[in-house]
Amino acid sequence: MIGKESFTIAIRGILANKLRSGLTMLGILIGVGAVIVLVAVGNGSSKAVQKRIDSLGTNIITVMRGFNRGAGGRGGAGTQSQRSFLTPTDVAALQDKTQAPDIKSVSPTMSATVTATWQGSTYSPSSFIGSTPSIAEASNYQVAAGTFFSQNDLDQHNQVAVVGQTVVKNLFNGANPIGQEVQLNRSTFTIIGTLKAKGSNGFQDQDDVVIAPLTSVEDNLTGSTGSYSSIIVEANSRGVQNQAEAEVSTILDSTHKVANPLNPDFRILNQASLLSTSQSSSQVFTVLLGAVAAISLLVGGIGVMNIMLVTVTERTREIGIRKAIGAKKGDILGQFMTEAVLLTVLGGIFGVGAGLLGSQFKIVGVKPVVQLYSVALAFGVALAVGLFFGIYPANRAASLRPIEALRYE
Amino acid sequence: MAPDGAQAPEEAEAHSAAEAHSAVEARWAAAADPEGDGAAPSVAAPGPRRRRKDRRPISERPVILLHRVVKTYVMGDIEVNALRGVSLAIERGDFVAIMGASGSGKSTLMNIIGCLDVPSRGRYLLDSVDVRYLDESEQAEIRNHKIGFVFQSFNLIPRTTAAHNVELPLVYARMNGKERRRLALEALERVGLGDRVDHLPNELSGGQQQRVAVARAIVTNPALILADEPTGNLDSVATADILQVFGELNAEGRTVVIITHENEVAAHAKRVIRLRDGLVIEDVRQGPLVGPPPGYRPDATQEVWA
Repeated sequence: MIGKESFTIAIRGILANKLRSGLTMLGILIGVGAVIVLVAVGNGSSKAVQKRIDSLGTNIITVMRGFNRGAGGRGGAGTQSQRSFLTPTDVAALQDKTQAPDIKSVSPTMSATVTATWQGSTYSPSSFIGSTPSIAEASNYQVAAGTFFSQNDLDQHNQVAVVGQTVVKNLFNGANPIGQEVQLNRSTFTIIGTLKAKGSNGFQDQDDVVIAPLTSVEDNLTGSTGSYSSIIVEANSRGVQNQAEAEVSTILDSTHKVANPLNPDFRILNQASLLSTSQSSSQVFTVLLGAVAAISLLVGGIGVMNIMLVTVTERTREIGIRKAIGAKKGDILGQFMTEAVLLTVLGGIFGVGAGLLGSQFKIVGVKPVVQLYSVALAFGVALAVGLFFGIYPANRAASLRPIEALRYE
Repeated sequence: MAPDGAQAPEEAEAHSAAEAHSAVEARWAAAADPEGDGAAPSVAAPGPRRRRKDRRPISERPVILLHRVVKTYVMGDIEVNALRGVSLAIERGDFVAIMGASGSGKSTLMNIIGCLDVPSRGRYLLDSVDVRYLDESEQAEIRNHKIGFVFQSFNLIPRTTAAHNVELPLVYARMNGKERRRLALEALERVGLGDRVDHLPNELSGGQQQRVAVARAIVTNPALILADEPTGNLDSVATADILQVFGELNAEGRTVVIITHENEVAAHAKRVIRLRDGLVIEDVRQGPLVGPPPGYRPDATQEVWA
């Protein structure tokens, strides 16, 4: 039949039973909408994880002490003096550009447990780090107010520190901490800057931190132990991070005189591997969500088929009349196919609208990020579902013998 | 009388029997013979040769020719013989009433004549074309171009305006929208429903619905009108109404075949055929083949439709 005529007849068919058509469309709408929203949620959470990992610092490789002593690496630095695993020799070797061309900066760090006191209020930040100024860039610490400590502060053993936003809130009750003198255990440090909020990295609050020059921390808090808690190595770029890791490994193997490279006395944590692991896990997450949504789209398609079968049965007599006055098989087929496809396409359009609307809201703490491919895919699949599930009922209608269809009551 | 009544007699004149006849002829010839070489349609060719060639021009041959038509239905294990060998020739321009009790096979005969069903045995030539050799889509074309159906239960498409219902056969004939609408309005005008074109079937009385059905049957200008108990669901006024329409269509030269069990309806036919148990038991001519059917008053048309 002429396309336009099929179209008008199909529209009339859909309008003839508005509630039923609406419910059928709802099935497709939910399917398409769910695909778009859930893929957006999966994508959004993947983006969020990536952002968190980025906030840990760009392109960094963390070297920690060997596993046997590693448990004390963060908290109990002060008591570890007998075996010095991460030494200034290691740092100097890593900074050698000829041996490690892909390494941009090396920041030895020293952790300590401190209790901060300011005007009677006390607070224990979860992380207190002594390091070099290069850690600011490596670990992606940005200054909100004041300044980060300088190489000069490090050289002069100045008792200065920068604090994260959680510390500002808990120790200073939101007052401007810059220029304030704070007791860290028994030593007095002057706050010279605050750090921009980084949020959680998924494991700990990255704003609950105090950073001071390594030299003054060794002088006043940990003592000169000859070993660092860890060394933060920054690669030149994310692309050369794996080369940088290999360089770190080779250099430390030689400085530590490691007999078996498979069992070194230090640990290397590569940001890139963490990133790729989390990315692949969030991809699995997205695929799973998409699959759940695709199933609901399929169920919607079966709904279309069901309703089309009911429609064909209901309109058997009408089909008989049409055939008696000269409709051919193709005319009837076209009419019912158009109706099925129209139902799914309309449902699909509304579903895309609902999906885009739903993606504007935060869902279980994730800001969905709409993927254009998911919109196209969902709509395309809806169309295909209409065609596929429309064929059987339409063919059944078209194959009815006029005489039997006319007799149908 | 309605103001548009003045239009009606002119129209009736325009459709005088002879003119309509020749117009119908041209249409048939065109439909059956697209190459225009005057030969019988090629679909008939592979069939067995007729022993005695009918040398009359197509327009003079019977429009319906049934030869020992048998129709057997299988219902479970038993076979039911609805028709047991019906031979019949219906000439062009005839007005035939087929009568019989229920189960006599009259509806089966109607379905076969209307190409809605095919004989189990025997031959049926419609317009000299053996329907055995037509495929499904060619049968659909025959129903579309050559036959106009009118049913007992009207069989209009629900939720669709009168005009749209009437347009439908033209839709399937792939006519363009404008021309379609014009012909549909013309047909509705002819059955006196010019002012009801945009009404839905459920907004019309039974008689009016049946007139819409008649308009739909004549809109493709078919030479054969088949009506299956068209007055079965109508009161006496509406019955007279519809019979008047059929009378007029026949007076124009169209062949009309009506199935009925009412004697007063059969009284309007030129020829009455009675069936019993799948066989023709009586075949009576009550009026001449040429000319208006008995009981048809041309002047009554205006009164009925006014």
